[in-house]
Amino acid sequence: MYDVVIIGAGVCGAAVAHELSRYQAKICVLEKEEDVCCGTSKANSAIVHAGYDAVTGSLKAKLNVRGNELMEELSKELDFPFERNGSLVLCFNESDMPNLQALYDRGVANGVKGMKILNKEEVLQMEPNVTEDVYAALYAPTGGIVCPFGLNIALAENACVNGVDFQFDTEVIQIRKMEEGYELQTDKGVFCAKCVVNAAGVYADKFHNMVSEKKLSITARRGDYCLLDKEAGNHVRRTIFTLPGKLGKGILVTPTVHGNLLIGPTAVEVEDKEGVNTTADGLAQVLTKAGMSVKNIPTRQVITSFAGLRAHEAGDDFIIGEAEDAPGFVDCAGIESPGIASCPAIGEMAAGIVKEKMGLIAKDDFIATRKGILNPGTLCMEERNDLIKENPAYGNIICRCEMVTEGEIIDAIRRPLGAKSLDGVKRRTRAGMGRCQSGFCSPRTMEILARECGMSMFDITKSGGNSKLVVGTNKDTVS
Amino acid sequence: MKNYDIVIIGGGPAGLAAAVSARQSGIDSILILERDKELGGILNQCIHNGFGLHTFKEELTGPEYAQRFIVQAKELDIEYRLNTMVLEVGADKVVTAMNREDGLFLIQAKAVILAMGCRERPRGALNIPGYRPAGIYSAGTAQRLVNMDGYMPGREVVILGSGDIGLIMARRMTLEGAKVKVVAELMPYSGGLKRNIVQCLDDYGIPLKLSHTVVDIKGKERVEGVTLAQVDEKNKPIPGTEEYYACDTLLLSVGLIPENEISRGMGVVMNPVTSGPRVNESLETNLEGVFACGNVLHVHDLVDFVSEEAAAAGRNAAAYVKSGKDGASDAKTPVVAAKNAVDKDTREEMAQQDTGAGSEQEIELVATGGVRYTVPCTIRTSHMEDELKVRFRVGSVYQNCFVSVYFDDERVIHRKKMVFAPAEMEEVKLTKEQILRYPELRRITFRIEE
Ligand SMILES: Cc1cc2nc3c(=O)[nH]c(=O)nc-3n(C[C@H](O)[C@H](O)[C@H](O)COP(=O)(O)OP(=O)(O)OC[C@H]3O[C@@H](n4cnc5c(N)ncnc54)[C@H](O)[C@@H]3O)c2cc1C
Ligand SMILES: Cc1cc2nc3c(=O)[nH]c(=O)nc-3n(C[C@H](O)[C@H](O)[C@H](O)COP(=O)(O)OP(=O)(O)OC[C@H]3O[C@@H](n4cnc5c(N)ncnc54)[C@H](O)[C@@H]3O)c2cc1C
Repeated sequence: MYDVVIIGAGVCGAAVAHELSRYQAKICVLEKEEDVCCGTSKANSAIVHAGYDAVTGSLKAKLNVRGNELMEELSKELDFPFERNGSLVLCFNESDMPNLQALYDRGVANGVKGMKILNKEEVLQMEPNVTEDVYAALYAPTGGIVCPFGLNIALAENACVNGVDFQFDTEVIQIRKMEEGYELQTDKGVFCAKCVVNAAGVYADKFHNMVSEKKLSITARRGDYCLLDKEAGNHVRRTIFTLPGKLGKGILVTPTVHGNLLIGPTAVEVEDKEGVNTTADGLAQVLTKAGMSVKNIPTRQVITSFAGLRAHEAGDDFIIGEAEDAPGFVDCAGIESPGIASCPAIGEMAAGIVKEKMGLIAKDDFIATRKGILNPGTLCMEERNDLIKENPAYGNIICRCEMVTEGEIIDAIRRPLGAKSLDGVKRRTRAGMGRCQSGFCSPRTMEILARECGMSMFDITKSGGNSKLVVGTNKDTVS
Repeated sequence: MKNYDIVIIGGGPAGLAAAVSARQSGIDSILILERDKELGGILNQCIHNGFGLHTFKEELTGPEYAQRFIVQAKELDIEYRLNTMVLEVGADKVVTAMNREDGLFLIQAKAVILAMGCRERPRGALNIPGYRPAGIYSAGTAQRLVNMDGYMPGREVVILGSGDIGLIMARRMTLEGAKVKVVAELMPYSGGLKRNIVQCLDDYGIPLKLSHTVVDIKGKERVEGVTLAQVDEKNKPIPGTEEYYACDTLLLSVGLIPENEISRGMGVVMNPVTSGPRVNESLETNLEGVFACGNVLHVHDLVDFVSEEAAAAGRNAAAYVKSGKDGASDAKTPVVAAKNAVDKDTREEMAQQDTGAGSEQEIELVATGGVRYTVPCTIRTSHMEDELKVRFRVGSVYQNCFVSVYFDDERVIHRKKMVFAPAEMEEVKLTKEQILRYPELRRITFRIEE
């Protein structure tokens, strides 16, 4: 019997696990995929919003502002990339100025600090590649960008080091209320827990509805993106949004923490909650609409495209708390944007509820900090040479686009909750995320994975399950 | 810091031929830096034959062709380091490299030859919609897996792109027991050599669908199938022409991009058409003493031309070293950590200074009227060898047309050819004598004419 079982190892599940790992409790995270950060948390805009978007008084507004505040400190404690690059919301018509002002006022009411409304000249001075059609903009210096994988993995890794048990490839199928607590039936057997935290992303309604009569309804809204080469990464320095207007919500243009340029997303409701396929229409929309706010985007430098699913709940707000008619069942549901930005606060809030409920006591041996994978590129020559002398794997470049060494890949595999697949290595080290998109390094990374994990090349996957990379040997079917 | 007269980055056919010819031109101190575990470059995975018809008048496999140059390089005692990645080169020709044994180290070169080859364009570059499952490989990656490691990436294959690598992999996968269902090509003509279409597709009954592209990829974990559609003149898919192919593998052969991160970092000026450096008749970039050859300069289809071009780069680098013009002695201390040492402004400034530096007026080579680019981009007659091969590619298929070369406004060459195709590199020979007859010559224009 666990004290707490958390369903889902996205940023929310991981943030809750991280917060709860401060206390003396037996905690387990159940995740249907082979790794953390395999759902929505891996495919989004990765913006740490300032907090002016959400309706004042909503959970979205409150947790966004709080999450934004916590993110910087957290990024230092847990060593993941975060940058306060600031954001601009562009307005194109004088007639839209009241809407821009309303956004400003809402930001103030939500507690967002340092905002300013800038005129055209000021905007263009700040971001020369913004279109000349801009009339004014809301500038929010507290807006930021984060590495969503880095954030998710750091939270989970630290939770793991502090004793949280992670079960991957374990899909929760049914939940039943027991006399004491809940019984979770999975494809890997039954788990029992006094408390359940439901952080199942687009599937959170399903689990909630298994135990509660007050039904939730989550629809998946797909967003398509294009990611551009690092050469385009400086095209804008801040995150550029547009004021929702006649043409809909507009497409954002932002640098990523790793120096690429990201444009997107679209918004299309889809039936299939695994439907993360991009569409020709979606990608075309992204490419044309991005040009409405930022000029001369070098769209020839797209290196990859992807799509993510927003978990949109009918009530249009985050749902965080114990279900009224299901004591001990705590939801983190309807966590669409700004879920990344809010996750430190979501973790705090949901864990707080569980802690109160169960009367959890703080540990005295909680490990508060974590060191991420060492990037030798940040060292000076002497330090780097000392490192290579000690461990020659750091002298061997595997991914030539992102200059990732064998040493980093081995670290990614061997550390707690280590990588088991090509995508796992990629999310932890960036090997394969560069301009050749793993054409060069994938056979090399596969060899390292096989060696380190004692696996056959035939069992190495792209992302777990059936995503096998090689299927046989030459001529094995030729008689 | 160690010093060498010539440092060559990349030990593929270009690097090897450049090294051999530089040595034969009398330079002793040469170093090849190669990141792979053996010399030979991309040829090591090209186990099919068809290499060397021009150079050796026989049909060799890729590794055999490479071996001939490796043997020569070894006989000439040319120094090389394997498993060694060049990370950056300063404009002062300080090379930063790294390997397991020596760690990070610096080398001062008098001349640098860029011979880094090229990489394949990924799927994203084409914005192919659909899922992103396992089983999507660039053709060269699949080639490496099959030919070097002996692993089959899949059993039922669709290939997008009819470039040579795609065609060769269609045959290879078939020979190794896979079923290649179709090769689709976006353009109305193939991107590969005619002989490869015959020998790799026709001979195995593999259909080639021109003016077709992939419009959807199905399969969440592993590829389950792809949908092809015909495209119109603007390369837009035509609704209603979709055709579904069940398959577990999609190979992409959609173009190669010269690998010029290092060149850009040093401040080498690029030709946007080739994505390779702009070079003069000596295959020298805007930076004095920095030469480029092979696929890093422009993508070649025949390795023989790579070797020939690289030999010229080697000779020219040797001449440069012997002229004693290198400023190696007053080289500044390099900044190792700075990734993009030279920003765009300084780069442009340097380019300007550089073109202004030479006392002699350069002749500009202009590609127009169907000719996409030329290598070189400029000629200094004083540095020209007796004969110069100008290489170029055309932008689409031309039948029964002429390639014309104008010296300023006068047409001096007008040569007929049955077919010009984008897949086949063309060349025109210019002689020094011919050019010297036009002392006021400013520009040489290349165009295709009916
Ligand atoms: C297009 C788009 C853009 C966005 N942009 C931003 C942004 O810029 N800033 C921002 O703050 N937020 C943004 N978001 C929102 C943000 O990405 C999400 O709020 C956040 O990732 C949600 O995290 P999560 O942990 O709730 O969900 P997920 O990451 O989806 O995690 C849920 C996990 O539960 C697992 N799971 C599901 N069912 C089961 C089961 N039966 N058994 C076991 N495990 C199960 C899943 O596999 C998954 O790993 C964006 C979202 C989208 C789609
Ligand atoms: C699949 C395929 C099929 C082909 N088929 C034929 C054919 O049938 N007939 C024919 O004549 N030609 C063929 N070619 C063309 C021919 O192989 C190439 O033109 C030739 O290999 C290019 O030589 P290169 O030296 O410029 O580049 P490469 O062979 O790519 O060599 C470049 C070398 O530089 C190294 N390098 C790059 N960056 C660094 C760095 N930073 N530090 C250290 N080392 C570095 C690389 O590891 C590599 O070894 C084919 C090419 C391919 C890809």
